Amino acid sequence: MSTDAVNFPQAAKAALHNPRLQLSLAHLKDGFQLKRAAAIAASPAPFEQLREQGRAIRASALSRLPDLLLQFESQVIAAGGQVHWAADAASARDIITQILKSQNAHTVTKGKSMVTEEIELNDHLGANGITPVETDLGEYIIQLRHERPSHIVAPAFHLQRSDVESSFRREHTWLAPGRALDNRPGLVAEARAVLRKRFEAADAGITGANFLVAETGSAIIVTNEGNGDLTRLLPRVHIVVAGIEKIVPRLSDASILLRLLTRSATGQDITSYVSIMTGPKRPQDADGPQQFHVVLLDNGRSALLDSPAAEVLQCIRCGACLNHCPVYGTVGGHAYGATYPGPLGAALDPGLDGLEKTYHLPNASSFCGRCDSVCPVKIPLTRIMRYWRNQAFEKGIPSSSLSYGLKIWAAAARSPALYGLGARLAGALLRWRAGASPRLRSSPILPGWFTVRDLAKPAKQSFQAQWRRQRRRT
Amino acid sequence: MTERCSVALVVTCLADLFRPETGFAAVKLLELAGCDVTVPAQTCCGQPAYNAGDRKDAIALARQLIASCEPYDYVVVPSGSCAGMLRVHYPGLFPDDAAWRTRAEGLAARTHELFSFLVNVRGLTAVHAKCSANALYHDSCSSLREMGVTSEPRQLLKSVDGLTVHDFDEKEVCCGFGGFFSVKYPEISARMADDKIANAKARGADTVLAGDLGCLLHLAGRAARQGARIHFRHAAEVLADVMAPPIGEEPV
Repeated sequence: MSTDAVNFPQAAKAALHNPRLQLSLAHLKDGFQLKRAAAIAASPAPFEQLREQGRAIRASALSRLPDLLLQFESQVIAAGGQVHWAADAASARDIITQILKSQNAHTVTKGKSMVTEEIELNDHLGANGITPVETDLGEYIIQLRHERPSHIVAPAFHLQRSDVESSFRREHTWLAPGRALDNRPGLVAEARAVLRKRFEAADAGITGANFLVAETGSAIIVTNEGNGDLTRLLPRVHIVVAGIEKIVPRLSDASILLRLLTRSATGQDITSYVSIMTGPKRPQDADGPQQFHVVLLDNGRSALLDSPAAEVLQCIRCGACLNHCPVYGTVGGHAYGATYPGPLGAALDPGLDGLEKTYHLPNASSFCGRCDSVCPVKIPLTRIMRYWRNQAFEKGIPSSSLSYGLKIWAAAARSPALYGLGARLAGALLRWRAGASPRLRSSPILPGWFTVRDLAKPAKQSFQAQWRRQRRRT
Repeated sequence: MTERCSVALVVTCLADLFRPETGFAAVKLLELAGCDVTVPAQTCCGQPAYNAGDRKDAIALARQLIASCEPYDYVVVPSGSCAGMLRVHYPGLFPDDAAWRTRAEGLAARTHELFSFLVNVRGLTAVHAKCSANALYHDSCSSLREMGVTSEPRQLLKSVDGLTVHDFDEKEVCCGFGGFFSVKYPEISARMADDKIANAKARGADTVLAGDLGCLLHLAGRAARQGARIHFRHAAEVLADVMAPPIGEEPV
């Protein structure tokens, strides 16, 4: 995806001063954290045990990814479907456009899918005269507003209800001014009325996949609105777009992961709908598409699999790391400027979009480790962020005054004597600068610190100097 | 009381430069717990380099500290963050260097965060100290998640005369220090501190105690910039009855 992640610091500052966004972010706790905690507490199987099972399933699947993908492909074909291999975003877009054009498709309904955000599918379809219609309510809203999702599970999480109302009034020009839209049922009814017509008119439906099952050739999606089923069942053509890492060996593996996914994501024991999609409509089926395509996207994933960041591919996209991240919680998803925000994005985006554009993301973490502790498949997110920091440091991106300062400091710290002398000089300088005050308000050293806070002035004599003096006396 | 033992105090570079009182408090508590305390030559554990992606310097600093701490039964650190660096991260710095990896693992096994060492290794259950304050205790993320320290400081603080200690409402949430994070992304870091300071105010606390000077210097600096009237101290100072002026405040 084209990324704005280089502008993270500016975007983050703007987000901090966006009062409407801050109102939305204040709901991470009641909207996600508490619901997840309650669902985990009520889980029949001990959640820690499930986490370990989930981790093992994902790790084992990734360790034999090529075999599982080939098995998946042969099962899809056996069920009457087709599999397409896309090495990168452009190739995925071309494959999808080709299928749609060959079927003379003009209107395409879409289920919620982050991978189609990653390949920027909607813009591409629009440019090719095909109208994509997002059918997940949150996605529909942000499509009206020409925005990107700010959260991987709740794409319109950054918005207030009144933002949605004003977008509807602007775009749905038929709305009577007196029509009440200041409540959730009113908004849902309006979106539903519009989307029904789109579902009926759609020539093709595109969904993502939460899991791909190798033994059956099935794609699985979880939804709460039922839009996924209307997207995949009503049109003539169904296209599943998924990253290659989504594969699991068996349906029973997916069943374990579903328990982890819905509890971690929305605090549900299970979502309203779990759709297991295998091949096109068979003669005995009541409904279903005539064609079933699966587009398998690599887009940097194979390279990641061979790197120390491989474990990020275990991700099942629950969003728990976003919901519990104090950085995501203060700046929201758009500030990250990349497909995947939050700790997941900080670990994944450098592998997809390149470190040169995304180096801020793994750096914008206090390494508090809360993401590691909530991840349902135990991805060591902070360890992967540190790996990207190592890579950035080695490649000299970004070369800032901070990294020069760090090198000088580290060189001094290799010698206790030199370090003691340097510390004494710096301490004396800072004490002189503070004058009679017990605190410094500014300093030429680490100016970033002082933009938002004071610093207690250094001690007159370091602990080690005082200690040595005392021990000499005794 | 358990048998006497030798302890290398890794005082941390922040205590060394900004808050010697914390170091002396740690010494006093360790001696109270029957330890012979030595302060071996030391600079920094290397965590700033390690977190900035500078592995080479982190390894050099780790080797230096591993060597200087080797002769002692235990290595004790008045910081969950620096203790976590030694215990959790040092061994991983030497994946292809068996000799140094063994030495790093040896150090890791002997390294403890101060409060957890006092309670779990030395069996200390109470101290004799006085401090009239209504305090909240802040867990550093490393203490909480890397070192698993939660009940130990609270148990010891309970024995301090005149002190009431409660938890922050969201004790598992970071205060926003994060080392260089606080310098590279100061506005985000400050907002995280503001949430803590607002919670302390709302709870009517006059003091914030913690076991990590990084969090404390950051929170105290932000509170001072805002004119918030809250005092910040390392919990070791309270436990050792070392009543220096709170961090960043005038001597009375």
